Amino acid sequence: MSTVTAQKTSFAAVLWDYLTTVDHKKIGKLYLYGGGFFFLLGGLEAMLIRIQLIKPENDFMSAGLYNEMITMHGTTMIFFAAMPLLLGLMNAVMPLQIGARDVAFPFVNALGFWLFLFGGIMLNVSWFTGAPDAGWTAYAPLSATSPGHGVDYYVLGLQISGAGTLMGGINFLVTIVNMRAPGMTYMRMPLFTWTTFVVSVLILFAFPALTVGLFLLMFDRMFDSAFFDVALGGNSIIWQHLFWIFGHPEVYILILPAFGIFSEIFATFSRKRLFGYTAMVFATILIAFLGFMVWAHHMFTVGMGPVANSIFAIATMAIAVPTGIKIFNWLLTLWGGNITINSAMLWSLAFIPSFTIGGMTGIMVATSVADYQYHDTYFVIAHFHYVIVGGVVFGILAALHYWWPIMFRRVLNERLGKWAFWNFFIGFHLTFFIQHFLGLMGMPRRYWVFLEDQGLDTGNFISTIGAVFMTIGVILFLYNAFYSWFKGDPAPQDPWDARTLEWAVESPTPHYNFKQLPLVRGLDALWIEKMEGNGKLTPAEPLGDIHMPNGSILPFLISLGFFIAGFGFIYQTVTDVAYIFLFGGMGLALACMLVRSLKDDHGYHITKEELEKEAD
Amino acid sequence: MSHDHSLNPEVMPQHPEKATLEGKNKFLGLWFFLGGETVLFASLFGTYLALKNSTAGGATSEELFGLELVFLMTMLLLTSSLTSVYAMYHMKNNDFKKMQLWLGITGLLGIGFLGCEIYEFYHYIHEFGFTFRSSAFGSAFYTLVGFHGGHVLFGLCWLSAIMIRNAKRGLNLYNAPKFNTFSLYWHFIDVVWVFIFTVVYLMGKVA
Repeated sequence: MSTVTAQKTSFAAVLWDYLTTVDHKKIGKLYLYGGGFFFLLGGLEAMLIRIQLIKPENDFMSAGLYNEMITMHGTTMIFFAAMPLLLGLMNAVMPLQIGARDVAFPFVNALGFWLFLFGGIMLNVSWFTGAPDAGWTAYAPLSATSPGHGVDYYVLGLQISGAGTLMGGINFLVTIVNMRAPGMTYMRMPLFTWTTFVVSVLILFAFPALTVGLFLLMFDRMFDSAFFDVALGGNSIIWQHLFWIFGHPEVYILILPAFGIFSEIFATFSRKRLFGYTAMVFATILIAFLGFMVWAHHMFTVGMGPVANSIFAIATMAIAVPTGIKIFNWLLTLWGGNITINSAMLWSLAFIPSFTIGGMTGIMVATSVADYQYHDTYFVIAHFHYVIVGGVVFGILAALHYWWPIMFRRVLNERLGKWAFWNFFIGFHLTFFIQHFLGLMGMPRRYWVFLEDQGLDTGNFISTIGAVFMTIGVILFLYNAFYSWFKGDPAPQDPWDARTLEWAVESPTPHYNFKQLPLVRGLDALWIEKMEGNGKLTPAEPLGDIHMPNGSILPFLISLGFFIAGFGFIYQTVTDVAYIFLFGGMGLALACMLVRSLKDDHGYHITKEELEKEAD
Repeated sequence: MSHDHSLNPEVMPQHPEKATLEGKNKFLGLWFFLGGETVLFASLFGTYLALKNSTAGGATSEELFGLELVFLMTMLLLTSSLTSVYAMYHMKNNDFKKMQLWLGITGLLGIGFLGCEIYEFYHYIHEFGFTFRSSAFGSAFYTLVGFHGGHVLFGLCWLSAIMIRNAKRGLNLYNAPKFNTFSLYWHFIDVVWVFIFTVVYLMGKVA
């Protein structure tokens, strides 16, 4: 079977291969393609927002379109760009890092991807019918009463993709608990695997709150329930609680994998063991734990009272402690190291001061009394872009440079990489640093115009110029990706002289990853072998048959079913024809699930003989 | 994976549900899934507690609920959890027929529970005009209890699917994890009902 897949080369065959794949490496790539596409879309929306704000009382777009633009920018970037890009990296790297042949549930892994993609498409279809306009937080009662179907698309799009993310989280958890290679104890796991593990716990316990919030909003909008309808006793604050019980852990879902990425990169390019590994692991767990009890700091101005505000303010500030531990550990990893500075390292080095600024303003907005002043101003916009762009986006770009050779068998061009970095880095600070001051001068977020001569003109102009530089940076990175694909040479197996298991896999990575599972003898497993002059891992098992999962089209069809049903749910309020889509789509999805349950799927075996033949 | 690829060993291991890596993964995966489900129901309970007095002039929980029917439903569901334990006991003894028998009883008790719940909803709607749309309390009640009922219905469909599918071929290492994960799921539904019984019905009647 393995030889059959290798021979397929026609476009249709490749397409079919990707539609049916259950291989974590290919699914990782699909996540990157999908997430990358939505990242460009979200970036385009950001650029349009900045063009609207380039001068006072601009009429580049209408107020209504502006509301749609900010809503779609936020929703797209958080749910359909940052998250899938990180999930893609986890898929591509984590199983290799722990010495596994695949994830625990390859079928579910594929299902998770397709649900994300169809959810993202669902949301963006709304551009043709009227996009959601209630902000990415979709506060009730605004979202419950917003006319048209925009918010309906938001609800269904997020519900579908959220289910996919939850599956991804469970899958990673089981993979890490059950499928580590012999000798890979928990405290020998690379930091990126650790953060994947902790983030999966966050996904597992945070996403269901969003699921419920979305259901309530869906029922109110489509089935006339009264959760947020004050006339019938409803309470719109419930939405805010549910949204932020999910939403705050969500920001740690985004940032913790980036922390893992930087930990790998600093150690590799300083040629030192990560400083304070144990402290790093526990700081990660502590951040995740505290991340669940701070959600109401998004709601200081709602009127919860001074006691609740104080408790949430102090809990929030406590998170600065483990985060500070991490910052110092990275600095001390660099200290005295034999440092190589390349693109991956530039993104990582730039992350430290950028993220620290975001952390510092985080303490400022956590001060509940002062927050009455910052709330809903550009100060908050500046704060969360410093942590999300300066932390997550820098992390993703660093990771792409670092792991590109594993995923695409190319080393990205250094010259282009540095050009992209400096454009983006300068543009980023130009765009967002000034926004702190715009906010302090009273510029509210989500307003489509500002008035002339109120001290906001220059700041907004500078901010827009910065966004242009960021755009140039992204375009240069994309060019680099295509350039290396067509002009680059195949990458060596271990171009960075790295430390962890994923670099011990032969290049190109076989679809079964490890012919023989490796024996892990300590933290930085590959580095240990290098220091002892072995250069490669000792096998932990004799050469034997390898069990592999079968590909399947069902994940695609199940997701397609829910996608179709989504339109049914949205339009059943308008016409009964929509019920055909509703029941047809649900029927397709459930029937495919039933097929999956009833049809035996034992996978297949790559025999020892085939493996021996491949080696020749 | 063992090297003989066999899912039908001569002697069944003591824990057929966890004898393969796939089985172990399913077992752990379902536990994690139930962790997520806990948050799902916790959110629904929170919503219900916030809205349970928002009757908008309609019937209150004290007027609506009758503990006799709810007690019967509780007994049906708790017993079905017990019978699913018997089924798993017979699975571990490799007694397929008895396992199917007890699973069948589990399913019947589940159907009984669901029937009572449908009657209960019908009763509220027709006797009291208490609907999903009549008040925030109504929305919260039907959503919380309905989500649980939906889980019961899904569980029944799941159970009948695996019972019928495997009726003729008996137990092996491929389907044992499926029966076992069902039984875990079924216990979870039972636990959620215990909370619904306490928080919705007892507190609604007494508090």
